[in-house]
Amino acid sequence: MIQLILFNVTNGLIIGAFYVLMALGLSLILNLSNVINFAHGNFLALGGYLAFTLSPTLGYWGALLVSPFLTALIGFAVERLMIRRIYNRDPVYSLLLTFGLAFVMQDAARYIWGPNGLPMGLPAILAQPITNNLFFITYYRIFMVAVVIVAVAGLFAFLRYTRVGLRIRAGTFDLETVSTLGVNVRHLRTFNFALGCLLAGLSGVLAAGQIGLNPNMGDDLLMPSFIAIIVGGVGSLIGTLFGGLLIGMAAALTTVVYPSASEAVIYGILMAVLLIRPRGLVGEEGMLS
Amino acid sequence: MTMAVASLGGRLPITAGRRELALIAIWTVLLTVPLWLPLLGGYTALAGRVLVFGLAAMGLNMLLGFTGVLSFGHAAYFGLGAYGAGLTLRYLVHSTPLAMLAGTLLGGLAGTLFGMLIVRRRGVYFAMCTIAFGQLWYYLAYSWNSFTGGFDGLRDFQRAAIELGPFTLHIEDGGTVFYFFLLAIFAVAVTLMGLLLRSPFGRTLLAIRENERRARFLGIPVERHIWLSFSISCFFTALAGTLYALLNNFADPMALHYSLSGYFVVMTVIGGMRTFWGPLLGAAVFVSLQDYISSMTVNWMSFVGAVFILVVLFFPRGLLGTMRRRLKE
Repeated sequence: MIQLILFNVTNGLIIGAFYVLMALGLSLILNLSNVINFAHGNFLALGGYLAFTLSPTLGYWGALLVSPFLTALIGFAVERLMIRRIYNRDPVYSLLLTFGLAFVMQDAARYIWGPNGLPMGLPAILAQPITNNLFFITYYRIFMVAVVIVAVAGLFAFLRYTRVGLRIRAGTFDLETVSTLGVNVRHLRTFNFALGCLLAGLSGVLAAGQIGLNPNMGDDLLMPSFIAIIVGGVGSLIGTLFGGLLIGMAAALTTVVYPSASEAVIYGILMAVLLIRPRGLVGEEGMLS
Repeated sequence: MTMAVASLGGRLPITAGRRELALIAIWTVLLTVPLWLPLLGGYTALAGRVLVFGLAAMGLNMLLGFTGVLSFGHAAYFGLGAYGAGLTLRYLVHSTPLAMLAGTLLGGLAGTLFGMLIVRRRGVYFAMCTIAFGQLWYYLAYSWNSFTGGFDGLRDFQRAAIELGPFTLHIEDGGTVFYFFLLAIFAVAVTLMGLLLRSPFGRTLLAIRENERRARFLGIPVERHIWLSFSISCFFTALAGTLYALLNNFADPMALHYSLSGYFVVMTVIGGMRTFWGPLLGAAVFVSLQDYISSMTVNWMSFVGAVFILVVLFFPRGLLGTMRRRLKE
């Protein structure tokens, strides 16, 4: 029983970590550009597939380092070519655009890498369990959580201590003033979109090692990430962080008691938050309306 | 009777003669479908699908085009309508009208209750809440295997013939009779929607769309109106969902999935968001395109996605929206 609970706690931590990375990227883009990026899960898959393709030449570690940046580069191009054209239009267009983009990207991945799942090779040192007793805790799982912690800490430090980060945070609250103060908002949004895609790409590489690769590997993470953002509070990245961990943990712990309700619990939390605290756990009052 | 429905939402006065001509054209085309569609290589069930999706998209458009509020989760109410009708036929009573009533109530009331929670949200945040809530029903239908048939969908129910006093409507055979049954329901629903949008209530919705703050200062209870618009729109979409279950004798989780919500939105935009008939036209374009492309290639997803992107970037006003602009100039 202890083992079962421990197993699910580690699972929850890992799933929560993925939700957090996904949701932070989505949240960055949502806050600054007011765009819900439906294709975020496809950027995740793209990161994983790029790592798969690159790892024979660069090795695992090289691919882990390079493919998130390549994903960000593609995100940069997508923002330049399409997304930026609809910033000043009705929000319905941004949703339709990223929605269509998600379809195209998923089909493209299926066309290039095939419809079937592919395994992602891991270095031997990561693949082994730590002790025989707790066989489910491999080094890879610890490694994943460590990478996510470093990435999240890095993101928050970046937003806090760099000039660009400061501008992104300021733009979240009042983009017009930031623009008036002489910041090039167009470039800022492009950079911010690419940053979001970087996080998606990184979670893609990590997820590939855990669940393997398939063209719609990001789909299952998309909806919980939306919920993590709403639960945490729109406009607050700290909120998104807590929201992601909360629903990841809640889903995993429900699995111990009643496996088929693990999805339902996530939606239960969503409803409870909308009912009792509509602005989210950490969200600013008025951010949502 | 249905001639009373006018083209709505425009600030420009379309001359009365032109409007009536357009209405006569629309209803003539719809009434003669069984005559001309086979000549074009179509089949009547395809036209039925256009009516069903058209009604769902018109229901959505009441909110999207005429109130200016974006729901990206209307598949939930469509699917609840479909499951409500299917479950009623399968487990409760073998009656088509009761199944339709149950499905419409299920979808509409779910929308009404959920609408209460989110009327204060706006823009993309409203949309995000509707998406997330919509997926709840998808997971429920997906995982409640014993009751809903799970991933494979709900089977083993048949639409029943309708007794009307001395007459019996044999809709169980499909074909032309069933098409006209669908068209009759469609006509009643759309007439109701048209009257509603022409009423002071409908005009108030337009006022909210055009300038929410001004509407609020005029003393209009904005939240209550948005809530009502959302609920009514859900009822129409749920009704379309019940017809969908009757059309296929089948209800599947994909009828609840958010990608269907996206299809409804793109149908609305292709046809023209701020026009009354636009969503129907958009549904016709989308359904025939999808039918054609999926018979040609397995990569139909790319094509559908490309349609989304191209419409957004190059054709945001849609067919009727563009046409109306031309007429104005």
